[in-house]
Amino acid sequence: MSAAPEEVRSPGLWPSRRNRPRRHREEGARSALIAAGSTVILLGLIAFWVVNSETWPAVQQQFFSPEKFREVFPAVASGFWLDIRMFMVAEVLILGFALVLAMIRALRGPAFFPLRALVIVFIDLVRGIPIILLILVLGFGVPALQLSGVPKSPLFWGVATLVISYSAYTAEVYRAGIESVHESQRMSARSLGLTQVQALRYVLVPQAIRNVIPALLNGFVSLQKDVALVFVLGVREGVREAQIFTAKTFNYTGYIAATILFLLVSIPVARFTDWYTERDRRRKQAVGN
Amino acid sequence: MAKLDIQSVVKSFDDKVVLRDVDLTVDLHDVVCLIGSSGSGKSTLLKCINLLVPIDSGEILLDGEAITDPSVNPNDVRQKMGIVFQAFNLFPHMSVRQNILLSPVKVHGVSKDEAESRTHELLEQFGLLDKIDEYPDRLSGGQQQRVAIVRALATQPDLMLFDEVTSALDPELVAEVLNVIRGLKEEGMTMLIATHEMGFARDVADRVCFLDDGKILEHGPPKEIFSNPQQPRTREFLQRIVEAGRL
Repeated sequence: MSAAPEEVRSPGLWPSRRNRPRRHREEGARSALIAAGSTVILLGLIAFWVVNSETWPAVQQQFFSPEKFREVFPAVASGFWLDIRMFMVAEVLILGFALVLAMIRALRGPAFFPLRALVIVFIDLVRGIPIILLILVLGFGVPALQLSGVPKSPLFWGVATLVISYSAYTAEVYRAGIESVHESQRMSARSLGLTQVQALRYVLVPQAIRNVIPALLNGFVSLQKDVALVFVLGVREGVREAQIFTAKTFNYTGYIAATILFLLVSIPVARFTDWYTERDRRRKQAVGN
Repeated sequence: MAKLDIQSVVKSFDDKVVLRDVDLTVDLHDVVCLIGSSGSGKSTLLKCINLLVPIDSGEILLDGEAITDPSVNPNDVRQKMGIVFQAFNLFPHMSVRQNILLSPVKVHGVSKDEAESRTHELLEQFGLLDKIDEYPDRLSGGQQQRVAIVRALATQPDLMLFDEVTSALDPELVAEVLNVIRGLKEEGMTMLIATHEMGFARDVADRVCFLDDGKILEHGPPKEIFSNPQQPRTREFLQRIVEAGRL
């Protein structure tokens, strides 16, 4: 590729080094230096401003106390580990369930109307309710019904609600992907005798997923934080542990500990998403479609 | 009994009538070419035969069985015929081998070994064996189209439909695809071919049908149609082809 360096430069946070002709390296190093310098100066100014506020010493005690941090950290960290596990279980279930929803929506013909209608109603309902309300309603409501054989654990219903909610959104992501595959692919598959479901399974969905991986990764980032919402059900995850500590000590340092833990996971995932999306975009440009 | 018997088929998209009362029979081992300008209904007719497009009225019989009857499972019908389209429509995420194996193995339940050996045989026959593990975007247009033909043949159909299979190809790649079709004729394959390649139609067809505005205006042996067309519309069409240097 002989594109001008301006075009090659990634729009991401870090300037891309690859594909850059040697004569531009020096210039690249200089701009990196300027970027680093101005960032340090800006952050320094903000810190100076905050630290010189009159209430800073009190805020520091309340939010940034090193002793309290050491005290609360183990509880918050073990709660956060639950967050991570909830995220991983929910994500796997979401990716599967949402795909089933999207495939049902992609079926054609009057025979499938009831199924399609059911899926559309489900998606519209779930997307129309704030997720926190959904968690409260399902998390407190279903166990209260005392149905035999139905789990009553708030942890179960918290994760179940996340799966229900995120599946509705993720199904729409998959659907966009399926619709982005050219109609001729479906026709080709059908002409070879594949049923609608086989055409989706072998031909349309594999291509669709490739097209929507960046969007799916965005969903990962979002879910990784939203798992904390189940704290409203009393599940002792990271945020809940911080809240318990605050209630006992009137000190908010636990929240900062939780914030740091969430950032430690979500920032790398966000960077990875950006990197992947950019690579994907460049690869598509290279192929020319 | 005719291999394929099309009776008074009518098809419209919204209020645009694409096929008006089309009658056509194709006998076993016959090669019939459909000619006519773009939009005359050639493609739609082929898609109706493959049941990819439902017809409004009329009937299509394959080996005497009415395949357009609503009680007929389209997938059973499609197993008996192959269709190749203008744009190659290979599956880009699958290798040549996977493209060809998909239908025999997943739809027809042919054993993997048997399907593999047939795939090898067909690719060898069409000079594509060295491409077996390539992906479609690494093949030329002509190679892709030949793979698409092999893929359609892999289910051992006894009727092949070709929908302007050379229209999207660079001129120098047209011959390799047409030669494949000539080879199929020698093997006795029954074929219905929509094409703009008049020289090819003249060579290969047992009968040529001229479609105009959704009707078969004229049909007969290629010699008659090309040297002594009866209908003014046919003459006009062929005149334009000659002027374009395509005949």
